[in-house]
Amino acid sequence: MNLKKETFALLAGVLLMSVAHAPQASDDTQGFDIAARSDRTDVGFGDSVVELQMVLRNAAGQESTRALRIVTLEKPDETVGDKSLVVFDTPRDIEGTALLSHAKILDPDDQWLYLPALKRVKRISSSNKSGPFVGSEFAFEDFTAIELNKFDYTYIGEVPCGDLTCDVLERTPRYENSGYTKQVSWVDQTDFQIRKVEFYDRRGDLLKVLDMGDYRNYEGIWRAHKLSMSNVQTNKQTDLLYSEYTFDTGLAENDFVKGRLSRLR
Amino acid sequence: MRTLLLVILLAALSPARGEEVDISGSLDLQVRAFWQDPAWVGQDGRSLQGAMVSTTEFRWRNKDGNQRTSFIPYLRWDATDEERNLVDLKEAYWAIEGDDYEVLVGNNTVFWGVTESVHLVDTINQTDFAGDIDGEDKLGQPMISLALQRDWGEISAFVMPYFRERTFASVDGRFRPPLPVDTDKPLYESSSAENRVDLALRYSHYFGDVDIGLHAFSGTSREPRFVPAADGQMLLPVYDQIDQVGIDLQYTKDAWLWKLEAIARDGVSHSFAAAVGGFEYTLYQVSETSADVGVLLEVQYDGRNEFEPVSINDNDVFVGARLAVNDIQDTTVLAGVAYDVDTGETFVNIEAERRFGDDWFAELRVRAFSGAGQGDATYWLRADDYVQLNIARYF
Repeated sequence: MNLKKETFALLAGVLLMSVAHAPQASDDTQGFDIAARSDRTDVGFGDSVVELQMVLRNAAGQESTRALRIVTLEKPDETVGDKSLVVFDTPRDIEGTALLSHAKILDPDDQWLYLPALKRVKRISSSNKSGPFVGSEFAFEDFTAIELNKFDYTYIGEVPCGDLTCDVLERTPRYENSGYTKQVSWVDQTDFQIRKVEFYDRRGDLLKVLDMGDYRNYEGIWRAHKLSMSNVQTNKQTDLLYSEYTFDTGLAENDFVKGRLSRLR
Repeated sequence: MRTLLLVILLAALSPARGEEVDISGSLDLQVRAFWQDPAWVGQDGRSLQGAMVSTTEFRWRNKDGNQRTSFIPYLRWDATDEERNLVDLKEAYWAIEGDDYEVLVGNNTVFWGVTESVHLVDTINQTDFAGDIDGEDKLGQPMISLALQRDWGEISAFVMPYFRERTFASVDGRFRPPLPVDTDKPLYESSSAENRVDLALRYSHYFGDVDIGLHAFSGTSREPRFVPAADGQMLLPVYDQIDQVGIDLQYTKDAWLWKLEAIARDGVSHSFAAAVGGFEYTLYQVSETSADVGVLLEVQYDGRNEFEPVSINDNDVFVGARLAVNDIQDTTVLAGVAYDVDTGETFVNIEAERRFGDDWFAELRVRAFSGAGQGDATYWLRADDYVQLNIARYF
């Protein structure tokens, strides 16, 4: 058993199953520690509500925009995933369509989709991790909560990133059905926030680049307000433009049950 | 009409000054093309049938967020079939909710169930059969409902003080029996007729990968049977009293959805069971595209005798495929065939849809019937194969 695995076991307590690890350059925990430090800048946000615009752009530059709301309930325990609701306001024909997710760490998430035309709640398979989320360049696995323990980490080095210095980490998904062999993330050394992520496809080729910008600080909690996902293989791009977040709105477990989905509007 | 409704709504909401009413909706233009001459005397022989549909949604929520109203008038005008004309309130309710309860008073639409080829357990709302023969168009049901959320699931109780009759095509219309249905003269087993109070209970929850729903219903059957009118020129719908319990289950594992719906009903003449079960298996990102292809198989069983309302889903096998292109326009195609093992009747259904721009949505449907002999459930639809184009403008 390598040290890395032991650290996981201590921290998470649930990772006793034999998970195939990517070969490690070294058996130190620097990569995980940096990721954990970044992840934990987020601890204690409680719950959040935010509206955003999703701008989809094809290779010819044609644009299409969707308006959505994301409501999140923090589960402070790192062995349990957050709960979230994504509700669409436009395009009008899907207004009220909602995705309820109970994120897990390594098991598939529990997900329900609400279809307002029939007022139907459908439990959906979450094994489609790598599928595009509503036609965007974001896959389901990019969109659901990025949980610390969903990945193994390897420290690569440090590089300048804008005015800051970033630690570069390679992270490999530990959950099944990922569309990625690895991701490379840039985490700054000042605020410990992720600035950029590269996604490598199943063949190991660079597929997408995510730029995270316009970070704003809400009493200690950082949130990026512009996420740009560029597919370098198709030249398609999706931007997520966030409005101001609202935190601690008093949401509870009962706001994230499937029976609630028909009452959102 | 629209202005009038708006005035009524705003008047109803006048105590709540300062909060906005959210207005949205759609206007649909619908054309159906038939390529066979109609089977029955009196049916309009033109091959094209046009209709317009307006749906407007007025929604309001108070500042605290715990009270809301919804008002959704639905208007349909058909150029050929006056019985397809419809004014309905899909929703017209006021609701108050707390952390673990909701009370709702007014018209609402409620869906229960998991399967695709038939909706056996979906009991609350009457079917707008004139609107669409697939049973997915519903009429708003007046109700008082109470929902309680607990750790072990959600319990909902429904008290329904007024019955909605099923819509049927007129003498001019397609999709009708040899004799038209006289919707002006429904018969009821209950002496209270449409004012008989129906009751329903629903439990819904999930345990790991299994979603479960249970229901019980006591009241007026949404499905009518038919008796000839005295003059022998029309059929009269008869709405009987029934008691029903049912279950719906879905097991979601990897790319598999395993589904089951079953009911047991004390009907007009006997007690019987009906069930539908099967799976949906999805192949994600086929051939390294972003498209998903789902394969559906469902087997139907219905134990009702000939004195009960006719079901066209009695002993059928349904095979279907669903294509989701996962493009910006949300292009999807659903194609399926239902085959009746007993009678050899076949029903083909293809539905394709996509968005155009931000506000337009088009849907193309092809439906065809074959193999029905005289006396079979779809015999009276045998000349009603059709293609339908629906173009909707959302606002």
